[in-house]
Amino acid sequence: MALLELLNVDKSHGQTHVLRNASLAVEKGEFVAIVGFSGAGKSTIISLLSGLSRPDKGQVLWQGKPVEAPGPERGVVFQNYSLLPWLTTFENVYFAVDSVLASLPKEEKLRRTERYLAMVGLGHAHERKPAQLSGGMRQRVALARALAADPEVLLMDEPLSALDALTRASLQDEIERIGRVSGKTIVLVTNDVDEAILLADRIVPLSAGPAATFGPSSEVDIPRPRDRRALNHDPKFRALKAQITEFLLDSRQKRRSGRVEAPSEPLVQLVEVAS
Amino acid sequence: MESKSQMWIRRLAAVGLPVLGILVIIGLWAITSKTWATSLPTPWKTWEVSRSYVLDPFSKRGELDQGILRFTWYSLERVAQGYGLALLIGTPLGFLLGMSRFFQALFDPIVQILRPVSPLAWLPLGLVIFQQPGPAGLFTIAMCSMWPTVLNTALGVRSVPQDYLNVAKVLRLGRMKTLFKVMLPAALPYMFTGFRLSLGIAWLVIVAAEMLTGAPGVGGFLWQEYNALIYEHIILCIVTIGLVGFILDRMMGAIEQRLKVA
Repeated sequence: MALLELLNVDKSHGQTHVLRNASLAVEKGEFVAIVGFSGAGKSTIISLLSGLSRPDKGQVLWQGKPVEAPGPERGVVFQNYSLLPWLTTFENVYFAVDSVLASLPKEEKLRRTERYLAMVGLGHAHERKPAQLSGGMRQRVALARALAADPEVLLMDEPLSALDALTRASLQDEIERIGRVSGKTIVLVTNDVDEAILLADRIVPLSAGPAATFGPSSEVDIPRPRDRRALNHDPKFRALKAQITEFLLDSRQKRRSGRVEAPSEPLVQLVEVAS
Repeated sequence: MESKSQMWIRRLAAVGLPVLGILVIIGLWAITSKTWATSLPTPWKTWEVSRSYVLDPFSKRGELDQGILRFTWYSLERVAQGYGLALLIGTPLGFLLGMSRFFQALFDPIVQILRPVSPLAWLPLGLVIFQQPGPAGLFTIAMCSMWPTVLNTALGVRSVPQDYLNVAKVLRLGRMKTLFKVMLPAALPYMFTGFRLSLGIAWLVIVAAEMLTGAPGVGGFLWQEYNALIYEHIILCIVTIGLVGFILDRMMGAIEQRLKVA
């Protein structure tokens, strides 16, 4: 039985049909990356998996049972960090620990907060408010907050899309390491094919919207730890990248020829490969 | 880069222009009192007559003959009570309106209708209800000053980002914890804008309340001195009321600014 599952899910926002007949099974311990265009409904998937929204049709299953509401066993790293601005870095993480692991002794909760802040390299910034942190640091806090609450699966909604390239690369390495060391189940949503291949065990492309659905998934058969510099010359990497890119561009082509009003959102990484 | 002389001119202007503005107004006042409104006391006469009230601000020579700051203190006490009452009622009411469409639909029209009612209209009703000038005054202050707190709190609660509420949901916070640990801090800057505006109104209303009830305070003193034909003291009271209101507003503004930065 899969740990977390979408079964023939349909979802609309107002008049827009976002997802149509989308199915996905995430196994325990797996790192799955969902790759798609901006606006294809990637955030909707995270929101469905977490339980923050409900499907119109079909089912969301957690260990075989329908998901009724969000819960700490499915931790979420939001795209825009969603830190509470009136709390310090330390307090933001402690707030989550204290809420989810309420029964632990206070000493233990404080230690836990410290440990996870150190894990994301923010041991020095305990007393700073989110407004005093860079985007990369904020996302590190958000990551520490999600991990410290000890979720069984980590759902990440384009966590790195708002960051500059260098920060992005260093946080990718961080996420890769944390995924490897903690052995947590991770679902990462991204619009960056390179990022998906660098990080994930398995990649599931999401076709262009509206009415997006999942394409055939591909295992990433590249041993860890993966070296981002060597990756570019790896024939497996290039083949995989070409295959996923082709699926995504194809799906958009079909959308456009089928429906004139379909949104066209350029995807920088994809366009580079195609040209 | 501005030169040193430019900088000095800028500093001089920052201090000098407001002083100049005050002098212009005092000049106009002096001309007015010398020409077409001769019963208006001149600036110099006003100072002469008010001097003992200003220079010995806490003296108490009789029930209605006290230093100006002692009167101010009485008024501030009364305002604090009425304003406290307004916050005590207005804040929860604002939360209710902000959180529930049902309460919004239920109460918003009545709030909009009661909001523009003048203190002069509330006070007689307060006297009818409470039969005593003290509580009637507090009732009037509360009824007039509550609305900015209600409306801004409701706006603040409605403006709590969905992201924060999502965080609360994922952490599975209870209703009370979501309210006090997430919604209240997120809405606090808006609430303080409401508190500041409410305090301004409460101070505005005190004069009317004291004038009508004859209670000792700046407003009561003003009305009594009008009746006693000591017009200089009316001006003294007006200046005092203005200065105190300005200081209160600045204090609240400073707190508000701190909350916005955080």
